[in-house]
Amino acid sequence: MSALLDVRVAAIRELTPVIREYRLEALGGALPGFSAGSHVQLHLPNGRRNAYSLLGDPADTRQYRIAVRQQEASRGGSRYLHQQLRAGDVLRLSAPANLFPLHSEARKHLLVAAGIGITPFLAHSRELLRQGADFELHYAYRAGVSDAYLAELRQLLGPRLAEYPAGQRRLDPAALLRGRPLGSHVYACGPQSLLLDLKEQAAAQGWSDRRVHWEAFAAPEPGQPFRVELARSGRQLEVGADQSLLEALEANGVEIPNLCRGGVCGQCQTPYLKGDVEHRDHFLAAAERSNSLMPCVSRGCGSPILLDI
Amino acid sequence: MTTLTFKPLETYRDDFSFRNSPEAIARFPFPFPEDQYMYSVNLEPAVSRDPGSVFEHLFDVDEHYVSEMAERARVLERDPERCLVMPHMAPAAWDTLALLMENLSRDYPQHFRLDREGDAWHWHNLALGIDQRFTFGDPATLPCEPLEYITRQMQGDFAVLDQRDGDLFMDAGMVTCPADWSLRFDAGMSFKQWHSPVPMAHQIGVFDRALKYLLNIQVGAPVRRLNWTLTINPRLDTSPETYHEWGNDRGKVTPDNVGRLVHLRVELQLMVRLPRSNALLFGIRTYLISLDELVSNPAWARRMHRVMRDLPAPIADYKGITRYRQTLVDWLRRFDPEA
Ligand code: FES
Repeated sequence: MSALLDVRVAAIRELTPVIREYRLEALGGALPGFSAGSHVQLHLPNGRRNAYSLLGDPADTRQYRIAVRQQEASRGGSRYLHQQLRAGDVLRLSAPANLFPLHSEARKHLLVAAGIGITPFLAHSRELLRQGADFELHYAYRAGVSDAYLAELRQLLGPRLAEYPAGQRRLDPAALLRGRPLGSHVYACGPQSLLLDLKEQAAAQGWSDRRVHWEAFAAPEPGQPFRVELARSGRQLEVGADQSLLEALEANGVEIPNLCRGGVCGQCQTPYLKGDVEHRDHFLAAAERSNSLMPCVSRGCGSPILLDI
Repeated sequence: MTTLTFKPLETYRDDFSFRNSPEAIARFPFPFPEDQYMYSVNLEPAVSRDPGSVFEHLFDVDEHYVSEMAERARVLERDPERCLVMPHMAPAAWDTLALLMENLSRDYPQHFRLDREGDAWHWHNLALGIDQRFTFGDPATLPCEPLEYITRQMQGDFAVLDQRDGDLFMDAGMVTCPADWSLRFDAGMSFKQWHSPVPMAHQIGVFDRALKYLLNIQVGAPVRRLNWTLTINPRLDTSPETYHEWGNDRGKVTPDNVGRLVHLRVELQLMVRLPRSNALLFGIRTYLISLDELVSNPAWARRMHRVMRDLPAPIADYKGITRYRQTLVDWLRRFDPEA
């Protein structure tokens, strides 16, 4: 699909015991510019491709910055980055894509982050400051564990930053959304429970969907191994327990368009003819699920899946 | 590499002195891959191909450059509203300026030069005799708004589309050579709204698929397609605002003047994701060729006959061909020995 970029790991910084920041610079020339909210896919030597938000200043095209939290249930992505990647190593990236942009019609931006979900908002905050826009950042974290950018944000944002340290102050979406002017847009990134809560509260308070934006952690969950057949070529594939269908297809030379690799963007939609599918995506409407699946997250459960490709 | 030389000033109005050189005819992007025409999305990655062709560089500059820029200046003088930038599109306007300057200076170093030190930029357009120092991001350091500044130096029209709510909105642009559409009429509209006049396309879901595709165009992966219509005379500005000046021309086609009057008008449409603003730049580069020039290529002549003869009536109507279609097909038939 799009061009791949070769970058060198210029520096690795340990921000907390579980979060590290990686600075990536171009091997030659500058990197493409990006808009706040963009992510890149890292193509790891072990075949994994993980998406990470670009958290640096969008105005800086000399380097990209990403932050990675070591996941306990890592399928090899975050573990590889934490344990094996060294400064000086070379990595391959997809060009930046943006599934979480700022809305050009918003009069006020409410940014809501929990834990490592703070990363896209670091770029958003810089962009909004540059525009002189009206915004607030609400940040829930666990002190000493997931508060990676707290000091930087306090300095950058001053009173625009509202803090919710775990065990001391609860982030309450209902209170946060209440009484906001009509031109307000809310953006959230964090664990599923927070996103669901926020979406529910927004709906209950009559916010239209177009004012509510969210980015889920785009990581496929492992599951049972299953079998797949490609209808047009008759090829058979095995998908391993900690592999996604998309990864299995790629490993066999079948490229499917994809952006988020987490079941939200809709790019990888693929028709299937037969089989029991556990869908797991946030994109397909119920009616579409009988003949389409999202190979980045969907898994087989039971009879093999016959893909119409 | 072929060298690019500009023709002396030609006109796209009044005495219509516009003509293509044999080299320009040879590289004309003839748009019909088959003997029949039907709508299709026909998008392809905009990668460089066929050196010397209009597909070699992302932004094609040709022998008509100086004339076309003079024509744009003339249209803007009469109607400054042909260029429009809504306030929230300012970052996209700068993005466009950067993209165009970078590409022109890299692809045509004998005509365009760009020197940058941080935000201090120095732009040379040797073709138009422009030497401009400015601060990137500061509109006060340019003689006019940045989108207008750079597109006054670029062939073709440009729409800059804001992406929001899973749709695209026409919130900025420079449109002085449109095929019967208007930025002023379409400003602020969504993708489906500004395509609503196209007949027969909604039923077949073409636009749903096209929109989904466009929304996912990525940085560094531009796409392009060809579109076409016919124009009487080599007139670039066929906008609704000036309809009174050209609408009647369609009645002037006779068996004697078809070849001189009727022009195939091909748009090389380009869609580029702008990196900093996430806006989508939609370039519409227009090529004109008279039928006299076109039939110098026998394969094109034969196919042109068949396409025009078999064109479905609603499409012919939409493209404004109906009034002179029979005259045109009769004239073209002589170039199609099997017909
Ligand atoms: S890649 Fe985005 S939904 Fe699968």
